[in-house]
Amino acid sequence: MERLQDQHRAPIYEALERFRQMRVVPFDVPGHKHGRGNPELTAFLGERCMGVDVNSMKPLDNLCHPVSVIRQAEELAADAFGAAHAFLMVGGTTGSVQSMVLAACKRGDEIILPRNVHRSVINALVLCGAVPVYVNPEVDQKLGISLGMCREQVKRAIREHPRAVAVLVNNPTYYGVCSDLRAIVKMAHEAGMLCLADEAHGTHFYFGEHLPVSAMAAGADMSAVSMHKSGGSLTQSSLLLTGPDMPAGHVRQIINLTQTTSASYLLMSSLDISRRNLALRGRTVFRRVMEMADYAREEINAIGGYNAFGKELTNGDSVFDFDATKLSVHTRDVGLAGIEVYDILRDEYDIQIEFGDIGNILAYLSMGDRPQELERLVSALADIRRRYQKDSSGLLRQEYIPPDVVTSPQVAFYADKKSIPLAESAGQVGCEFVMCYPPGIPILAPGERITPQILSYIEYAREKGCSLTGPEDPEIRHINVMTGGVL
Amino acid sequence: MDLWFSEFHTPDVQHSIRVNRHLYSGKSDYQQIDVFETPEFGRVLTLDGNVMLTERDEFIYDEMITHVPMAVHPNARDILVIGAGDGGVVRELTRYEQIRRIDLVEMDPQVIEVCRTYLPENASRLDDGRVNIRYQNALRFIRRCSGEYDLIIVDSTDPFGPSAGLFTREFYASCCNALKSDGIMVNQQGSPFYRQDADAMQRSHKRIVSTFPISRVYQAHIPTYAAGYWLFGFASKQYHPIDDLNAEKWLALGLKTKYYTTRLHVGSFYLPAFLEEILEEVEHE
Repeated sequence: MERLQDQHRAPIYEALERFRQMRVVPFDVPGHKHGRGNPELTAFLGERCMGVDVNSMKPLDNLCHPVSVIRQAEELAADAFGAAHAFLMVGGTTGSVQSMVLAACKRGDEIILPRNVHRSVINALVLCGAVPVYVNPEVDQKLGISLGMCREQVKRAIREHPRAVAVLVNNPTYYGVCSDLRAIVKMAHEAGMLCLADEAHGTHFYFGEHLPVSAMAAGADMSAVSMHKSGGSLTQSSLLLTGPDMPAGHVRQIINLTQTTSASYLLMSSLDISRRNLALRGRTVFRRVMEMADYAREEINAIGGYNAFGKELTNGDSVFDFDATKLSVHTRDVGLAGIEVYDILRDEYDIQIEFGDIGNILAYLSMGDRPQELERLVSALADIRRRYQKDSSGLLRQEYIPPDVVTSPQVAFYADKKSIPLAESAGQVGCEFVMCYPPGIPILAPGERITPQILSYIEYAREKGCSLTGPEDPEIRHINVMTGGVL
Repeated sequence: MDLWFSEFHTPDVQHSIRVNRHLYSGKSDYQQIDVFETPEFGRVLTLDGNVMLTERDEFIYDEMITHVPMAVHPNARDILVIGAGDGGVVRELTRYEQIRRIDLVEMDPQVIEVCRTYLPENASRLDDGRVNIRYQNALRFIRRCSGEYDLIIVDSTDPFGPSAGLFTREFYASCCNALKSDGIMVNQQGSPFYRQDADAMQRSHKRIVSTFPISRVYQAHIPTYAAGYWLFGFASKQYHPIDDLNAEKWLALGLKTKYYTTRLHVGSFYLPAFLEEILEEVEHE
C-alpha cells in the first residue's frame, strides 16, 4: 500500500467511515454486533460508538501485523513525530514503556534509570529480569520534588556500569522537569548503550514552540508517548516511537508478546484523528495551553502563600528545561499538604485536579481547557487560603530517599516470601511496590531494603490521605518480604 | 407566516412565543445573542436560546432582585452588579439617590451593545455617572475585592452555560470576602420546579448556606421563565431579610413599582412545603 504523506489524512478513521457505509452483516466478534445485542450499553455509549467497535478484518487491517490502513496510520504518525517508526499502542503507555524496556534489555542486563520512574518501568524489569542501576535524581529542597538527572551523575553511572545496555530518561517528569536529553543521548551512544525516553507527559513536545526538546529530536532510540494525556486521544491509547537504529520488526515481535490481539478500533481511530489534529493544529493548540498556564501561574502567585513554579527552576543541569504547560503549585507555605488541597478542591469545590503529593498539587491543563474554568481553580485556591491557612511548621518536608537495591525486581518478586506487618518490616528486603497513586512513583520497589525512614514516610502519606497502592494487602498494613538469602 | 420561538424548559417541555420579527442575531465570543419582536411579550432577549428578559415581564425580575435587599440594608451606597448586561437592574438601582457607586461586571460587551440598541428602555441608565462598566470575568474581578461593597447583585444566566462559575462555592466565598461586614448578596437562584433546575438550585443553596451566616430564599412569578416560577437567594452577613426590613423608610422614598411592595417582600419569603423540604435537606448537613 502507498505511503501517505498528507497529514490531513486519517486512514483508520477513513476506513471505519467506509466500513460504516458498507453495512456489512457481522458474523464475527464482538458479540454485541454493532450494539444491537446490548441495548443498555448502546443507550449509554451511543450507536455511532458501538457501530465501530469492530474486529480486525481485511478492510480495517490488523494491529498485530499491519499491512494497510494501520500501517499507513503508523507511517503518518512516524512522520508527524519525526520518528523512523511509530507503533500504535492500545494497552496504555504502560504497554509502550514495557515494550520499550523489553526491546532493550533481557535477563541480567543492567539498565540505568532515575529512581523517580513510573511503576511501569520497574514492572517491566520484573517481567524481563533486568537489573536497575539507579541514578539518584536531584531534589529541590524547597519544593520537595525530584528533578532530572545531572549529566555528571549519568556519566558516572555509565562509567561504573559499562555493560549496561540502556539509559532511560523521564522527558519530562510528572511535574514538567527535563534532564539534558541531548547530552544523555550522546553519552549513552558513545558508550554503546541505547537511550530510552518515558514521554508519558511529553506528547506536546513534538508540536510546540518554547517547549523542551522531544526524544526523537534529541536522537533517542525509543520513546513511549502518552497520546491520551496531552495528545487528546482516548484513555489507554498510546504510541511507541523508534529511531532509525531500532529494528522495527523485532520491536513489533516484542509488542506482540504482551499486547492484545483484539485491538480496539475506538482507541486506534482516536490515535489516528488525534495525530492528525496535532500535526495540523498542534502549534496553535499548545501555544494557547501555555498562555493559559502562564496566566494561571501569575494569578495563583498573586494570591500569596502558593508557589506556582515554572521556568525559573531551570539550572542548566538537573532542571535543564521545564515544560511550562504544566501547572504545579507548591502548597506547603499555606500550611496544607498538596494532598489536602487536592481533597478540599474535590470535596468542597467540585474541582478534580491531577494529583496532590506531600508538598504540591498538579492541575493538568490541556487543549480542552477554557479560561473560565481556570478562574474557578484560582478563586478556589484563594478561598482555601482564606479558610485554612495555618502554620506550616508541622508539615513534613518531602525528601528523596535513596533506595538500597539488594537484588533485582524480578528475583525479589518471585522469591520465597512471607507477609509481615509493615510497621515491623524495617531491615527486610521487600518483594512488593509501595507507592502513592498518582503519581505512581515507587517509594519502595521489589528488591529494596526497607528502612525506618521509608516507613515513616509511608505513614505520613497515609495520614495525609494519599492513596497508597502496590502490596497484596489492600489495607497496606502488611508487606511481603524475602525469606531466603539473596544470591 | 407562522413564526415561533421555542425554548426547552426540560427535554420534554417546550415554551413557545409567537414572533413578529427576528430583530437581531449574532454570535459573540461567549454566546449566541438574539432579539425577537413578539406580539405578547414585546421584545425578547435570548442568550444561547434561553429567554433572558422580555419587555413585558422584566419588571418582576428586576424589581425583586433590587428592591428586596435595598429595603433591608439601612444605607447601601456601594453596589456591585454581576451580569445584568441588559441594564434592568442598574435602571432600578439608579432610582436610589443614596447610592454613590454601581460597578457592573459583564463578561460580554456584545450583550450590552445589543441591549443599548434594541432594548433602550432597559439600558437607559447605563450611562448614569455612578455606573462603571467592567468587561471582565466576574470570578477574576471579585477575587481582588475585599470589604468594598454593601450589596452584590448576581444577575447571571442559568448554571449550565457560560455563567456556571457564578454558582460555585469559590464565587460565593469571593463575594462574601468582597462585602463589608454588614453586606448583602442577592442572586437569581433559578426555578425549583423541574428536576434538573431544582437540583442545581439545591446545590447552589448549599454552597451559599455554608458561606454566609444568613441565607434565605424568596420567590416571584415570572411568566417567561421555566415553570413561570422563580427564586432568588438572599445571603447576608448581618441583616435578616424580614426582621430588618424597614418598610417605612423604604416607602418614604416614594419609589413607584409594578410588582414589589413591602407586604409582598415579607410574603415572598414564605415558601411552599416541597421547596422548604428541598432547602432544609442541605441546610442541616
